[in-house]
Amino acid sequence: MPGSPSEPYEARERCEACEPYEACEPYEGSQQHVASAPSEPYDLAVIGAGPAGLAGAVTARTLGLSVALLDAAPRTGGQYFRHPAPGLGAARPQALHHDWAEFTALRRRFEESEAAHLAHHHVWTVTRQDDDGTWTVHALTGPDAASGTPARVRARAVLLATGAYERQLPFPGWTLPGVVGAGGAQAMLKAGLVLPGRRIVVAGSGPLLLAVASSLAAAGARVPAVVEASGYLGYARSPRALATSPHKLLEAAVHGSALLRHRTPLRTRSAVTEVHGTDRVEAVTVSRLDRAWRPVPGTGRRIACDALAVGHGLVPQIELATGLGCATRHTPDGTHALALDALQETSVPGLWAAGETGGTGGWQLARTEGELAAIAVAARLRGLPALTRSRRARDLARRRDRMRAFADAMAAAHAPGPGWTSWLPDDTEVCRCEEVTAGGIREAAGELGARDARTVKLLTRAGMGWCQGRMCGAAVACLAASGTAQGTVPPSAERRPLAVPVPLGTLATGPEEPGTT
Amino acid sequence: MPLSNPPDVSDVSDVIVVGAGVVGAACAYYAARSGLTVTVLDRGPVAGGTTGAGEGNLLVSDKEPGPELELALLSTRLWQELARELPARIEYEAKGGLVVASDAAGMAALRKFAAAQAEAGVTAEEIPAGRLHELEPHLAPGLGGGFHYPQDAQVQPALAAAHLLRASGARVRTGEEVTAVLTGAHGEVRGVRTAAGDLHAPHVVNAAGTWGGDVARLAGAHLPVLPRRGFVLVTEPLPRVVRHKVYAADYVADVASGSAALQTSAVVEGTPAGPVLIGASRERVDFDRTLSVEALRRLAAQATALFPVLARVRAIRTYAGFRPYLPDHLPAIGPDPRVPGLLHACGHEGAGIGLAPGTGALIAAILAGREPPVSPAPFRPDRFGPA
Ligand SMILES: Cc1cc2nc3c(=O)[nH]c(=O)nc-3n(C[C@H](O)[C@H](O)[C@H](O)COP(=O)(O)OP(=O)(O)OC[C@H]3O[C@@H](n4cnc5c(N)ncnc54)[C@H](O)[C@@H]3O)c2cc1C
Ligand SMILES: Cc1cc2nc3c(=O)[nH]c(=O)nc-3n(C[C@H](O)[C@H](O)[C@H](O)COP(=O)(O)OP(=O)(O)OC[C@H]3O[C@@H](n4cnc5c(N)ncnc54)[C@H](O)[C@@H]3O)c2cc1C
Repeated sequence: MPGSPSEPYEARERCEACEPYEACEPYEGSQQHVASAPSEPYDLAVIGAGPAGLAGAVTARTLGLSVALLDAAPRTGGQYFRHPAPGLGAARPQALHHDWAEFTALRRRFEESEAAHLAHHHVWTVTRQDDDGTWTVHALTGPDAASGTPARVRARAVLLATGAYERQLPFPGWTLPGVVGAGGAQAMLKAGLVLPGRRIVVAGSGPLLLAVASSLAAAGARVPAVVEASGYLGYARSPRALATSPHKLLEAAVHGSALLRHRTPLRTRSAVTEVHGTDRVEAVTVSRLDRAWRPVPGTGRRIACDALAVGHGLVPQIELATGLGCATRHTPDGTHALALDALQETSVPGLWAAGETGGTGGWQLARTEGELAAIAVAARLRGLPALTRSRRARDLARRRDRMRAFADAMAAAHAPGPGWTSWLPDDTEVCRCEEVTAGGIREAAGELGARDARTVKLLTRAGMGWCQGRMCGAAVACLAASGTAQGTVPPSAERRPLAVPVPLGTLATGPEEPGTT
Repeated sequence: MPLSNPPDVSDVSDVIVVGAGVVGAACAYYAARSGLTVTVLDRGPVAGGTTGAGEGNLLVSDKEPGPELELALLSTRLWQELARELPARIEYEAKGGLVVASDAAGMAALRKFAAAQAEAGVTAEEIPAGRLHELEPHLAPGLGGGFHYPQDAQVQPALAAAHLLRASGARVRTGEEVTAVLTGAHGEVRGVRTAAGDLHAPHVVNAAGTWGGDVARLAGAHLPVLPRRGFVLVTEPLPRVVRHKVYAADYVADVASGSAALQTSAVVEGTPAGPVLIGASRERVDFDRTLSVEALRRLAAQATALFPVLARVRAIRTYAGFRPYLPDHLPAIGPDPRVPGLLHACGHEGAGIGLAPGTGALIAAILAGREPPVSPAPFRPDRFGPA
């Protein structure tokens, strides 16, 4: 690592670490890993310590930037690389991950990088100073954001790597205990090594279902069926994207064989259209779907189970960026992701993004983008545009393009069909926080002139509750748009200017900042 | 469409209202009740503009004697009628307002203000410091006293607009932007153009809110409507801790300010659904939605100063809206003498929800040739002259 600012080092041989970036010019920026005075901003604040954020932080340090990595979670790893809390004594997280070794190598590099790891930092907004363009990341600290004390981290650039959350499409009975998110089930398993039930149906759509089913089976659950609403034939329509992503194929094969070993039948073009049970899940009805995802009458079959793990792909978690006015793009599976340039910068200069914030694509893509973004940040802050033309940067960009193309092909294959709302009777609760039914939303959209999720929200309160529409947003948008040209795609990304709830007392105590908006 | 063809009957009405916000909805409602056929056009959904960002305070307490207060008092009566005519879901609530002063000097100013209002027909009761807690048990100790305004009320703006429109029976066309105002040989209005075609009517009402200046321009008229941003903070649902609309006396000065700089004085109130609403800041920053931490800080500081119990309550969301602002703080209501057939009903700034029924009734009276319920003269749309 470069020396201290008081002792600028001479041009020297390229060090091993930054050799790939062809960049060992001395750097006059702030080089200590913790800004020396509170008034001194970091070069880079990374929000999110999943694979994208970790790779970004490590790379930025390698290139001589001072880095703070903030995450709400206590440990690094993000969505996929969760590990049991040390106290649980649960050994062998690697048994649930075939990529564990690769991840631990990344984590070790991060720990050695001397980047500041700000765990338990729940970021609620990011603002920019008018005069010098410095960013301020506003967070609540502590295990629980609700009781958290406020913290601000200033930085010259921000890398947003906040990942994604799972999309839910409701159906009758989805509020019964025993129905859990597919991602949530896997997270529970990885973090605490507990199973949501003993006989678990896995349902929804997307490649993660297979991963979830094989993890659950590996941990000892019976999985009587994996129910996938799309077919996998869609993949075949993008043979080029597939052929160039051997890693993905390998992974699918691993999951496939694990499922075979556990004798789990895979039902494609089907969906759970009802959950049965009084106090908790006792069975589900699985129906065949037509091409538009409308259930085919008379095809319902009951499957006994005590839990249902369900998810319909991931929604990029981008409210910190949309709050700053960043442009978004429609993803092929009907969500909104950040629109990024070739070097991962958002439409707001100085704000970069990597990983699932730019669209779902798996952890390898996330870490590739994180590294590329960090190179771009270093190139900007250090005034070394050549960094972005290094062989490493070009390699990363190529890999990113290939994996993105594959991810988009996959997303297209799993896009919800416009007919799914026909499995939703009027009395099914769609917004659980505010107890708004499908019928209430249909009335607002039909008779009261709401044409989008925002207006439905105003007229029904759907999405105004505690989760701020993270649970019901996709469904409300589909119900609001049915009958209009937009079909199932929400017309714009949801705005959530407060990414996490903030106590009024905390909001009230910030220093007066005349120059800040 | 060739000019020689007679227009399709469904494209003809007596009045076209541009804008399906609460003001456009009220214009449609009262015009339809006067026997006119009405078409309402909006480029977005119903209540998709500033109405969807408004808080729904129907206030007389913050208005000094003058034309706006007159319109507000008329509207207060009309809202009471509407509360009987429209479904309960518009959440009309005659909860009353409580304006508090921090000290004796503030109280003296408030007393003078209330006395002048009383002469104009506003009911206001002085609440000495010792009685404040009977009205609002959670108010901070040590305040100077306050005034209770029983005429202040509350409505849910988006629901009110949607139900006004539905009850009007007007034809509502959402998702259609007006791109031109059609005029005849003598410059008189003949209708409007949208991407879907031409719609005909001898009268067009510009109820385009913050975008009213743009619609006026389509007709060749100058109307300097500007956006004035406001943030609202919404808390997690609570049992009823705030009973009235409560605000500090300096709110009145903020509302009347012409400055572009940020001003905040929080109106704090509970809602039937549970969350407490705190709003709203005022600042002129064009259409910039970026979160202002400073605006939120001030709102939160003022709300917690009034109600210390709120300090531990969490804000779960915040949103911004852009008030339609005219330089003299009065709306433009009535016919535009420069363009025969064009009427304006926009520029209500931070009071458009409250003033909507009075505005609708005024427009309907003018269209039907009846005696207007209040004098439209102070609201003349051409009072700003040419650009
Ligand atoms: C059930 C499931 C199975 C999966 N299986 C696979 C698989 O087999 N192979 C594969 O390649 N990928 C898999 N993935 C996908 C993988 O998880 C993602 O591709 C990867 O985690 C993306 O990395 P990321 O860095 O973009 O985001 P994440 O890993 O999601 O990290 C985001 C981080 O940001 C933090 N954060 C978010 N918001 C805030 C905030 N406001 N304040 C502070 N911190 C915040 C979060 O705490 C989190 O740690 C799976 C995902 C799921 C859900
Ligand atoms: C934060 C905040 C709090 C507020 N609180 C209150 C309050 O408590 N009480 C109160 O009385 N007022 C309040 N207001 C003010 C109030 O919201 C507005 O005065 C009122 O909503 C204006 O209504 P409107 O119908 O004139 O405009 P809007 O609701 O904006 O409606 C105008 C409509 O015109 C449409 N339009 C524009 N151009 C075109 C075109 N070319 N073609 C077709 N359609 C077009 C728009 O899409 C829009 O829907 C608040 C405002 C804000 C921002």
